[in-house]
Amino acid sequence: MQFSELWLRSFVSPALDSDALGHLLTMAGLEVEEQDGVAAVFSKVVVAQIVEAEKHPNADKLRVCKVDAGQGELLQIVCGAPNAAAGLKIPCALVGADLAGFGIKAAKLRGVESFGMLCSAKELGTSDESSGLLVLPEDAPIGMDVREYLSLDDTLFTIKLTPNRADCLSLTGIAREVAALTASPLTLPACEPVAAAHADVRAIILDAPEACPRYSGRIIRGVNAKAPTPEWMKQRLARSGIRSISALVDVTNYVMLELGQPLHAFDNAKLNGAIHVRLPNPGEQVLLLNGQTITPAADTLLIADETRALALAGVMGGEDSGITLDTTDLFLESAFFAPDVIAGRARAYGFSSDASYRFERGVDFALAGQAMERATRLILDICGGSAGPVQEALAADKLPARAPIRLRAARVRRVLGIALTADCVAGMFERLNLTVARDGEDFVVTPPSYRFDLEIEEDLIEEIARLHGYDNIPSVPPRGPISMLPRPEAKRDTMFIRRLVAGREYQEVINFAFVDEAWEKDFCGNADPVRLANPIASQMSVMRSSLIGGLVANVVTNRKRQTNRVRVFEIGRCFARDAAGKPVDGFHQPVRLAALAAGFVRPEQWAETSRNVDFFDVKADLEALLFPRVAEFERAAHPALHPGRSARVLLDGRAIGFIGELHPVWVQRHELGTAPVLFEIELDVLLDTVTPAYQELSRFPAVTRDLALVVDQDAAAAILLKGLQAVAPAIVQRIELFDQYQGKGVEPNRKSLAFRVVMQETQRTLEDVEVDAAMAALTRHAEENLGAKLRA
Amino acid sequence: MDQLDQLVAQADADFAAAADGAALEAAKACYLGKGGSLTELLKGLGKLDPETRKTAGAEINKAKTAIESLLTARRDALQQAALEVQLAAEALDVTLPGRGAGIGGLHPVVRTLERVEQLFRSIGFDVAEGPEIETDFYNFTALNTPANHPARSMHDTFYLENGDGVMLRTHTSPVQIRAMQAHVEAYKDRDTMPELRVIAPGRVYRVDSDATHSPMFHQVEGVWIGESVSFADLKGVVADFLRRFFESDDLQVRFRPSFFPFTEPSAEIDVAFMSGALKGRWLEIAGCGMMHPNVLRYGGIDPERYTGFAFGMGPDRLTMLRYGVNDLRLFFEGDLRFLGQFR
Repeated sequence: MQFSELWLRSFVSPALDSDALGHLLTMAGLEVEEQDGVAAVFSKVVVAQIVEAEKHPNADKLRVCKVDAGQGELLQIVCGAPNAAAGLKIPCALVGADLAGFGIKAAKLRGVESFGMLCSAKELGTSDESSGLLVLPEDAPIGMDVREYLSLDDTLFTIKLTPNRADCLSLTGIAREVAALTASPLTLPACEPVAAAHADVRAIILDAPEACPRYSGRIIRGVNAKAPTPEWMKQRLARSGIRSISALVDVTNYVMLELGQPLHAFDNAKLNGAIHVRLPNPGEQVLLLNGQTITPAADTLLIADETRALALAGVMGGEDSGITLDTTDLFLESAFFAPDVIAGRARAYGFSSDASYRFERGVDFALAGQAMERATRLILDICGGSAGPVQEALAADKLPARAPIRLRAARVRRVLGIALTADCVAGMFERLNLTVARDGEDFVVTPPSYRFDLEIEEDLIEEIARLHGYDNIPSVPPRGPISMLPRPEAKRDTMFIRRLVAGREYQEVINFAFVDEAWEKDFCGNADPVRLANPIASQMSVMRSSLIGGLVANVVTNRKRQTNRVRVFEIGRCFARDAAGKPVDGFHQPVRLAALAAGFVRPEQWAETSRNVDFFDVKADLEALLFPRVAEFERAAHPALHPGRSARVLLDGRAIGFIGELHPVWVQRHELGTAPVLFEIELDVLLDTVTPAYQELSRFPAVTRDLALVVDQDAAAAILLKGLQAVAPAIVQRIELFDQYQGKGVEPNRKSLAFRVVMQETQRTLEDVEVDAAMAALTRHAEENLGAKLRA
Repeated sequence: MDQLDQLVAQADADFAAAADGAALEAAKACYLGKGGSLTELLKGLGKLDPETRKTAGAEINKAKTAIESLLTARRDALQQAALEVQLAAEALDVTLPGRGAGIGGLHPVVRTLERVEQLFRSIGFDVAEGPEIETDFYNFTALNTPANHPARSMHDTFYLENGDGVMLRTHTSPVQIRAMQAHVEAYKDRDTMPELRVIAPGRVYRVDSDATHSPMFHQVEGVWIGESVSFADLKGVVADFLRRFFESDDLQVRFRPSFFPFTEPSAEIDVAFMSGALKGRWLEIAGCGMMHPNVLRYGGIDPERYTGFAFGMGPDRLTMLRYGVNDLRLFFEGDLRFLGQFR
């Protein structure tokens, strides 16, 4: 909402300068987004008339003007404006004038003396562009200061209104607010009834009284639609950002800005019979003022006559029933439409209008009559004509109710944390025009018809806070019962995990959760991802079920920017349809951690031969994250990964994720150079850890023996190790794989795996025989049950 | 005895001339070895008369001690020299860079979230989270958003295909409701519910994409509900947080009336820095207010018995202000040259 300070001050004028007024509005919840003078700073510019304009003797594009600036004698002024012509009234900067820091002096221009400057709108700062001198109306008084004549000592305010404050979508509304905030006297426009000069009426039928409980209409005959709009009205409209169109249209806009009541003027000659306010008939169409033909939805309220739909009620008028410059008789509408009936309609048809903007937020339902009188008066004054009686159709019981609200003094104190006296509160309510009754400590408050936002006690508390001033409510340091939050030792938080991953040289990224559908297919084998109904782009149309696509894209992005070594991780939600999903039914939304490493295993360095990161480098990173818990890895295929170099990760038998090298097909398709290695794992698993428990240390020596076993080449080392551990006698502390060998001395298609067996007792030194027996038991089990042979 | 003195002097010269351990041992043999000069002199003592033998013996032994100590000194000197040669040979160019793994880092917005969490934890706030595919009930209805509110339209909110009343959450506020419900459930057997103090950071989604809007961004929601929580407390907590976050005691913080369906009274929070590029400008940084009674009721809490405040802020914007980042989109591009600046 944009308006002129001078217009506002015609209703209420507190002793505040423009900046203080702006601050007042902002701090009352009417946020001033912009505040600008309507013109540049300048002085000594007066209304003048060009008496004579001759071509400059020495310059084609200049003219030598004789100008009457009310100085007693004519001024000779050289002017370059193409429109300089005798007879025009224009602004003239006199010698000694200051135009935004530019001083005007007597000068010679191409040998001709010049005493002043004729000005354009741009030079005065009232417009950003201009095509020549600013032409003033013929009746502009010569010699008058232009600032005064054009009311340029004015400020434009643009305020951003919150949706609850529709009552401030007019000058009257803002003036009421300023008066309440500053306790200044308020003078509102007079809306005296205009007596009927003829008896013609048009019947009005409310077919949908819930949607439109009040509709006033009046026929005004014999208007001159071509009459010019007065300058003062044009100026106020312009300073509200509304272009002057014709006197009749301008009056309806003016009254809307002034009072907040949108009006509509029909050409009375184009109406047939009674006015109906009704819902559409099936298939009915309306041609709107903006040239758009629409088929209104069943819940769109229409204004119709007996033969056709005329307009979208409260949204936009119709093309074939509107006023034109040839209109002589008009039917003026001033109505109340329920906010719910207007809300979202204009947007649904792809446009917006000042009327719908107001109606959907709530227009004062008691205002229609006053606005009708105000507009009638202005029309008669500007366009002439004679007004008929006002017809009002009213369903009083369908008007919004303004139920009394009880406000408890104690509640105010409790919610705001400040104590205010009852008189202070009563004074605020009075300034806000609320009807107040006292009931002991309580107030019983009835809001006025223009306040749609006051319904419950909290609404009143907010008003008290606003009028008291948020700045005047103290900031209290936090206080409350102090009890420690639980910090389970066997839980780690996500930030800890992040630091762990970052400590292994991965950089955290945050990728969009909506991804290209192809990623889901390629990397997850997911043909049925969760799709968005209204994606902003096709490559962001489905919800990811894995973090992989984003990380691969990060490699691509960075390679384009000449970074080939990429180590990234992300922690984020993934999404899949799942009938058993919780907490939102039907969706599984786990938080996962995924990490990817591509390029050299170490940063560029001088000491060792560089090599690319491989499966086991990244596996070590994953194992470190899980430590001290130990996961199992089993070969498993994954659509994103190299089939021979990918594994499912299991912890306590639960599949918690996967790890592997990106499939060569994707490496090639995305031009990644070398194959990245990546893993993705459920975050909740990483948050669980174990609380340490002490194991007694042995004072007796440990015995270490090695066991080399030959197995098939594709046998999994982990299975062999697990098998050995399962049968190890109690003296065996641990078994570790320390070597893998293929080649000379081992049959083709077989490999040798060497295990180190560490044995120890806590209470005594081990005997050789028991050590030998343990090794024999392990060897026997390996040979008999695990498909292994002791290496010769 | 001049002869002995000469012998010692000769030994000293011979030892000094020995360039390494082997030469020194050879020189030693000339004096102290079997058949060495001193050994021979000692052998010759037997031929002397007892009186002379005693004096001569003492003299010879003195010379022997002197030679032995010369030998030890020379040995030490040679060892020291050898060590020095070795050390010199082993010297490194200590200015070469260290080698091994580098370090990664957290995302700048996560860095902010970590600070936000730490600051709020210090006054007893817990951290909660919620689903990002959310229901209409939690995202709108329970937050007192009217049925025809524009935020519910497909212009503003991402809906799912074949989804019945489900959407991508447009704010972290639904976590308020979930946190209240969980809290009420946890303490349903108690006469008085303990205070609920919780923040909920996370990703949120809106149909909006330009230089200053990302279709996915972050919010941190916070609530404090108790038997005597007021707007004055809200001001205290949020202003305190902002000054600690920006590490600026003179940060100007103002609360300005605003409107949100889920709070009343509501406020926008502006801050102004007293130094730096943005000095003196009011910057909108968060929204807040006293929790609307309807919202408390949806959370299962009696608004007559308990009051609470809620606030929501944008960690992306906090991060931009804190580190001087001027383009929101950088956060989501994954460019390591950018992200690496926040390690």
